Amino acid sequence: MKKYTNQGSKDTRSGFGAGMTELGRTNPKVVALCADLVGSLKIDTFIKENPERFFQVGIAEANMMGIAAGLTIGGYIPYTTTFANFSTGRVYDQIRQSIAYSDKNVKICASHAGLTLGEDGATHQILEDLGLMKMLPGMTVINPCDFNQTKAATIAIAEHEGPVYLRFGRPVVPNFTPEDQEFTIGKAVHLTEGSDVTIVATGHLVWQALLAAENLEKEGILAEVINIHTIKPLDTEAILKSVKKTGCVVTAEEHNYLGGLGESVARTLTTEYPAPQAFVATKDTFGESGTPEQLMEKYGLNNKAIEQAVKEVIKKKA
Amino acid sequence: MPKSQDLQDLIVQVRRDIVRMVHNVNSGHPGGSLGCTEFLVALYNEVMELKDGFDMDGIGEDLFFLSNGHISPVYYSVLARRGYFPIEELNTFRLIDSRLQGHPTTHEGLPGVRIASGSLGQGMSVAVGAAQAKKLNKDPHLVFSLHGDGELQEGQNWEAIMYAAGKKVDNLIATIDRNGQQIDGPTEEVMPMGDLKAKFLAFGWDVLELEDGNDLQAVIDTLHEAKNRTGKGKPVCIIMHTEMGHGVDFMMGTHAWHGKAPNDEQLATALAQNPETLGDY
Repeated sequence: MKKYTNQGSKDTRSGFGAGMTELGRTNPKVVALCADLVGSLKIDTFIKENPERFFQVGIAEANMMGIAAGLTIGGYIPYTTTFANFSTGRVYDQIRQSIAYSDKNVKICASHAGLTLGEDGATHQILEDLGLMKMLPGMTVINPCDFNQTKAATIAIAEHEGPVYLRFGRPVVPNFTPEDQEFTIGKAVHLTEGSDVTIVATGHLVWQALLAAENLEKEGILAEVINIHTIKPLDTEAILKSVKKTGCVVTAEEHNYLGGLGESVARTLTTEYPAPQAFVATKDTFGESGTPEQLMEKYGLNNKAIEQAVKEVIKKKA
Repeated sequence: MPKSQDLQDLIVQVRRDIVRMVHNVNSGHPGGSLGCTEFLVALYNEVMELKDGFDMDGIGEDLFFLSNGHISPVYYSVLARRGYFPIEELNTFRLIDSRLQGHPTTHEGLPGVRIASGSLGQGMSVAVGAAQAKKLNKDPHLVFSLHGDGELQEGQNWEAIMYAAGKKVDNLIATIDRNGQQIDGPTEEVMPMGDLKAKFLAFGWDVLELEDGNDLQAVIDTLHEAKNRTGKGKPVCIIMHTEMGHGVDFMMGTHAWHGKAPNDEQLATALAQNPETLGDY
């Protein structure tokens, strides 16, 4: 089985910041907005190098979304930045009407998604954002897995015409995807070849899926790990091809099992190729304060939970 | 510059369009539309600098955003009669497969419209963003917007009002349709709004008060004065007092016609009060 090496752990939000720095130097149409969280979103360099292309809106996310929609009228590509909770649920109607329904080329960039925000607790730990955003017609939804992929995604979405939700996080996690790997929206990345089970993972759970696959191999179970960085449009072709080979699937995401990646995969399988599926996700619950590791353990979102889910789903194969 | 009589004829014709459109589908919002007819006719035919044709970015021309999207009948009529799309298309208002949705949208590609509106309180932010884009593009043209007075009860407006003054968005002219009415009754009963002028002044805007927003010359003069006040470090607000339902006597002085269509008899009365000038669609 192909092995992946951690090139040095970093936070995905810093990947976003690095992507913004590059965009600031290469694409004069890119502008950034922030609702009083510049340091958390790691866009200091973009702001320093392009002060005229940065809009500090203060603690007023609804206004930020509207201003972003307006900035597209005149040809700009606005990147809005704040935490995932304040990027989605707080401003859902603004995104729905002024951005999605209005076909505006706004990139909604959301840090501190999911439980791994940690100690701040459930007020800030949104586990519903992927569902909220994927339900909006025309919205592209992306959840990269590490620093390199987040940086690549940040740069790639500037070339995509239309609204995008880009989700990333706060914790320092292994950085293992190649620095020069091309990011293609909607194109899954095959990480390992396997014949017994398909693990479809997104975001921080991709590395956990690789750890699980390594452990499972020792027990003679060969897992095919697919990195789904784009939740919508979903690469159904890649998923179906793999599940037709393995006969079952585990989906893994730092999100509620209602509305997330797992549901999109289930819909795909139900309509195209029914097969057993297990969900590694939060089970319709809010989070709580704790360290990221403690929370991922308690809510069943680590490699152990994936290994357990694999063993259960394999039993259901016909 | 069109002659004053031409604009008066256009105003009467737009009022005919409004009541006919709403009557045809037995739905829509005639009250606010009739009240803002002078404003929109003046804006599109006398005040704004506009290019021929339509492109979304609108670089090199003035822009307008309608935040209170429910007054789509007047907006559509004025856009059609300004040449953005065929006047006959007003026949399709609110019908299936139409570009003239109940509330304005870009989604069906209707020329003239740059943002969807209908869910209230969002247009000020969009106008501010478009004004910022004009500054980035070094485009000296202006951004105009229109908002209902009841709409200001939505908090997002005040985020945008704070931002526009704080960030010196001085290429923006936001007009408030102060007709004093909203769906459930007079604004001062539903949610007292107090002294709007004082509120805008306190937030740091330059404010003009227009006592009769249904007096064409007064509307034109005030809009020109507002333009003179742009570029001086402050966004400009016009508090425009209008009469909901203006031009149709039984629709005036009440909130009853906010979102209600006239029946056949009422339509005949309304049309008799606004005799055809430029030709019905």
